[in-house]
Amino acid sequence: MSSVTIDTPSVVAARSAAPTRSGFGSWFTDTAVLVKRNILHIIRTPELLLDVTIQPIMFVLLFRFVFGGAIAIQGTSYVNFLMAGIFVQTIAFAMLWSGVLLANDLQKGLIDRFRSLPMKSWTVLAARTTTDLFRSMLAITIMIAVGLAVGFRPDATLVGWAGAIGILLLFGFALAWIGITLGMTVRTPEAATGAIFIFVFPLTFASSAFVPTETMPSWLATFTEHQPITLVINTVRAWMLGRPAGGDAWAALFWSVGILVVFFPLALIMYRKRTTD
Amino acid sequence: MPPLVVLADQIEKSFGTTHALRGVSIAVPEGEILGVLGPNGAGKTTLVRILSTLTKPDAGRAEVAGFDVLHHPHEVRSRIGLTGQYAALDELLTGRENLEMIGRLYRLSKADAKRRTSELLERFRLTDAATRIVKTYSGGMRRRLDLAASTSAAPPVLFLDEPTTGLPPRSRLAMWALIEELVAGGTTLLLTTQYLEEADQLADNIAVIDQGQVIARGTAAELKRQVGGERIELTLPAGSDLAAAARILIAQGGHEPQIDQEHWQVTAPIDATPGLTTTIAAELHAIGIQLDAAALLRPTLDDVFLTLTGHVATSEDESTPEAA
Repeated sequence: MSSVTIDTPSVVAARSAAPTRSGFGSWFTDTAVLVKRNILHIIRTPELLLDVTIQPIMFVLLFRFVFGGAIAIQGTSYVNFLMAGIFVQTIAFAMLWSGVLLANDLQKGLIDRFRSLPMKSWTVLAARTTTDLFRSMLAITIMIAVGLAVGFRPDATLVGWAGAIGILLLFGFALAWIGITLGMTVRTPEAATGAIFIFVFPLTFASSAFVPTETMPSWLATFTEHQPITLVINTVRAWMLGRPAGGDAWAALFWSVGILVVFFPLALIMYRKRTTD
Repeated sequence: MPPLVVLADQIEKSFGTTHALRGVSIAVPEGEILGVLGPNGAGKTTLVRILSTLTKPDAGRAEVAGFDVLHHPHEVRSRIGLTGQYAALDELLTGRENLEMIGRLYRLSKADAKRRTSELLERFRLTDAATRIVKTYSGGMRRRLDLAASTSAAPPVLFLDEPTTGLPPRSRLAMWALIEELVAGGTTLLLTTQYLEEADQLADNIAVIDQGQVIARGTAAELKRQVGGERIELTLPAGSDLAAAARILIAQGGHEPQIDQEHWQVTAPIDATPGLTTTIAAELHAIGIQLDAAALLRPTLDDVFLTLTGHVATSEDESTPEAA
């Protein structure tokens, strides 16, 4: 007989496993499986890492050497001042990018397959944002190395480092859900890319990322000093340079959590809307 | 009677002003294959998407493996396999990685997913291509891998939405063989197709669907009976006595023979018995008429479709675009 029976031992295992494994454990496994998939994508299309490798290196070098001589910062060197700005800008781009990468995924039939599987719909989103957190960590590592090479001399305690990187990643994680909401709202990944640029450029330049806010016209300075990107940058900057961050740290934390609270459910709703018909 | 594993009761679904489904009811008993046959745009894909929990119906009730698709989608999902019209695979992963990923997402343990993947690669003749990324696969290989992925967890219910659309004939035959093998294991299968031949080949029962409604149902044989049984067609040399040939057909049980002067043919509905054409040839020979050709014509499902809908099923289109 050439016919093949379907009930092999692993199949029997599959059938008996299906109903028992549910809840947090299986959600965690599902997410890990999809993160692994995303990482394989990165390995096979390394250009997906340009925004967290070449781009931040470019920014560090350009700002350090082009503007560094012209901008004087009280109490520290320009590169010490600059690094926090580059960190936040890079993480903001990288995490908002989540939405584009997800939108790209949605154009393929694979998402139907995922939806027909016994996993929670937001597992795909969790895997996407987790992968982008890994990308962000890579970016932070690279930026620290490049910064140190061009004169960045942080003066942070271990707690300061942990706090600075922690708030960077938390803020980035929150932004990822804005990115996903955006990516699910506009029709094409290209449009999402455009929207991200329109969103991030003004916010990072009208911030304390590259220059002190004191030289800006007062109307702009008022906006700049209170917008979340500045607050996060100030916090990261203070902690990396071994200074107290004061109220900015609380404000940065407040913004990060606030964005998460609003955009996590919104992203989920938009994703469901986009993938259901 | 085995329990009904797939049940759709008066399903309705509209997209804007387009009524994709207008009250479709189907039932598939355990272990059976239902072929849902219809042209492009008939509503086949919408029906499959509703049954596999991807799309919510506007009205009606659907149950799969004993669970309501609206209220217990999770339960349904862990019991079904779906192969959509477009290969739902990860282009950047290898064949093996795809199967292991899907196996894991069907909640197989790591070891079981690995073991199952090797079995599936073997069965779907993809072992040699297992370490290549799917981007490099041919259309037929993609469909086989897609089908393999759907059967990762050996689901008791399988939905195949136009599994061979766009495939070259040879790959189509290979897919048919694989599908037949799968259901030999007792899987309940709902298969949509625009290929009349495919439904005839694979399905126990057929539901013909057109413009969102089931317009006929039954076995292939029952549907064929609706357009009449077999016919015999005699082709004679030009100048032959067609009327005499018609009389012989009547004597052999033919009904109301049709005479076609232009092509020198006589046709009549007839119950084919073994040796019928030989007998007719001998009788014609006895009155001095040579027989050029005698053909027994069985109605195709194309004929069924034409009779039922008054228009031809716009199928058999090899240029149907493959998944982008």
